[in-house]
Amino acid sequence: MKIHEYQAKSVLARFGVPVPRGEVATTPAEAVEVAKRLGGDISVVKAQIHAGGRGKGGGVKVAKSLAEVEPLAKQIIGMTLVTHQTGPDGKKVGRVLVEEGLQIDRELYLSIVIDRAAACPVVIASAAGGMDIEEVAASEPEKILREYIDPGTGIVPFQARKLAFGIGLTGPAVNKLVKVLDSVYASFIQTDASMIEINPLILTKAGDLLALDAKIAFDDNAMYRHPDLRDLRDTTEEDPLEVEASKFSLNYIRLDGNIGCMVNGAGLAMATMDIIKLAGGEPANFLDVGGGANAEQIRNAFRILMADRNVKAVLINIFGGILRCDVLAQGVIAAVKELGVPVPIVIRMEGTNVEEGKRLLKESALNFTTADSMGEAAERVVALATGQKS
Amino acid sequence: MQGLTGREGTFHAKAAAAYGTKVVGGVTPGKGGTTHEGWPVFNTVHDAMRETGANASVIFVPPPFAADAIMEATDAAIPLAVCITEGIPTIDMLKVMTFMDGKQTRLIGPNCPGVITAGQAKAGIIPGHICKEGRVGIVSKSGTLTYEAIHQLTRQGMGQTTCIGIGGDPLIGTSFIDALTLFAADPETDAVIMIGEIGGTAEQEAAAFIKQSFGKPVVGFIAGQTAPPGRRMGHAGAIIAGGQGTAAEKMEALAAAGVHVVKSPADMGAKMREALGR
Repeated sequence: MKIHEYQAKSVLARFGVPVPRGEVATTPAEAVEVAKRLGGDISVVKAQIHAGGRGKGGGVKVAKSLAEVEPLAKQIIGMTLVTHQTGPDGKKVGRVLVEEGLQIDRELYLSIVIDRAAACPVVIASAAGGMDIEEVAASEPEKILREYIDPGTGIVPFQARKLAFGIGLTGPAVNKLVKVLDSVYASFIQTDASMIEINPLILTKAGDLLALDAKIAFDDNAMYRHPDLRDLRDTTEEDPLEVEASKFSLNYIRLDGNIGCMVNGAGLAMATMDIIKLAGGEPANFLDVGGGANAEQIRNAFRILMADRNVKAVLINIFGGILRCDVLAQGVIAAVKELGVPVPIVIRMEGTNVEEGKRLLKESALNFTTADSMGEAAERVVALATGQKS
Repeated sequence: MQGLTGREGTFHAKAAAAYGTKVVGGVTPGKGGTTHEGWPVFNTVHDAMRETGANASVIFVPPPFAADAIMEATDAAIPLAVCITEGIPTIDMLKVMTFMDGKQTRLIGPNCPGVITAGQAKAGIIPGHICKEGRVGIVSKSGTLTYEAIHQLTRQGMGQTTCIGIGGDPLIGTSFIDALTLFAADPETDAVIMIGEIGGTAEQEAAAFIKQSFGKPVVGFIAGQTAPPGRRMGHAGAIIAGGQGTAAEKMEALAAAGVHVVKSPADMGAKMREALGR
């Protein structure tokens, strides 16, 4: 689960990470009020969307006086911001974060993720802050420092000092970084984060360290024990069909193609997308109905699948283990009878109770195309989607 | 069976017993001393091992309690713990991995279908009826894709020795390399199908291992060749992050290690036949 920058900063501040003073605003008038409360001449108006690259896309502006805040906020609120992470359609900006302007001496980089191979958290730091870290990793890998953290001890001060010296901090700033890292690590563990990224972490001319920008992603599997964090979810940032699917515990991701897929199991669902592409088609979605789906979930899955107007044909690929083929067939038949599906459907099923499932499909007298293997199913559905005879 | 008395635990205990597995009892804290479907139930894994001599545990405990269950099995020094549970928080698994370090229990999973030895026994949920005794091993991050590979091998008349679902989470007990090491030492396994997916670098590490020291033919498939970056594809671990963990880089690494990489998931069985020259 992703959250907005202003939410991430408030989470980090709760654990003692210093952040700039600021408040969120949904109208230009509110933005002016916030700027007045902050005082000072310079303030920064930042679009709040779940995507990086906002500055380059024109979503972050500096107001050099109070008078500039309103026109800038007017310009940003309601704009459709296109960045390298939003896709070509961009995202509509609903709110801005208005923050105090700061005198920046240096921009640094800090993040924590889980390193899978080492099976522990890793703190990543770099002197090259304020840039796309993937670009830094590609062009100047020596500028990226890593410290692997023993989960039993947490981050130990010497590790934090190593990073501080490594990114060129001196004097009191070193111990300030030790304190910041301690707080960031605590927030990572205690909020069940999967990623915290502070880019840039700034050193001000006054010698203070602050998180000027912050991103947090939380582990979806752990949100059951963080009701306060769950409330930070902004469903307007997500695809409406994906939000709908999540209500029924269906793993659905919308894509750009025209062949809808319904599959059990994440690996098989990805493999089904792959084989559609190999057969010359484009998948319209990823949809994993899970190992133990019932007829009701199949019905909902179908409804969500068909709500995507781009879908020209559907491929159902089920390998029955726990999910029995006869249960699947019943669900599909019920869904088609109730919702009426105006596009061709290709069904490939195998595994538990497959004969019974095939019999049900046949006896339903509905117009399904069946296939005996994944390869055959993919070829048929691609032919049907492109209007060729299969 | 930890979580024997639950719906899933009961269903799969029966299926495992029907396949020939010696299921000796279950653990459900608070229900010790009772019986369930004819099996004795114990309060702790320690008790269950002392009374039954169990040498493996299959864990069907819900996500909030699953990490605890794995650590309990580890503390009881059971040789094999197979955790089926999907959705364990990563921070919990972090504790599990630290706890298990240096101890003797082998963990398979979590978020996996478990392990089956064709015609003999299973610890997990892989449907037994699709398997056939043969000489090919399978190691896979994905459950249903494992079934697909089993089915293709069976259809091709080749069959399987042992199939291991290692799970699709970021932190797992048994890695590709661990499983390949076991297959290397198994005289009945002639070749291996390895099924990976996007996310992480476990496949690249396995490729390096294969190149260096695995002498048997390997057929490889990577799921998620068409997955968009930055999106989590169902499995908690299946995400391309910052351009890392793509299918293309994994397929390249495997091919460079001499693995017979197939682009299509429909070709795993046929490619294995070719690799074995049969």
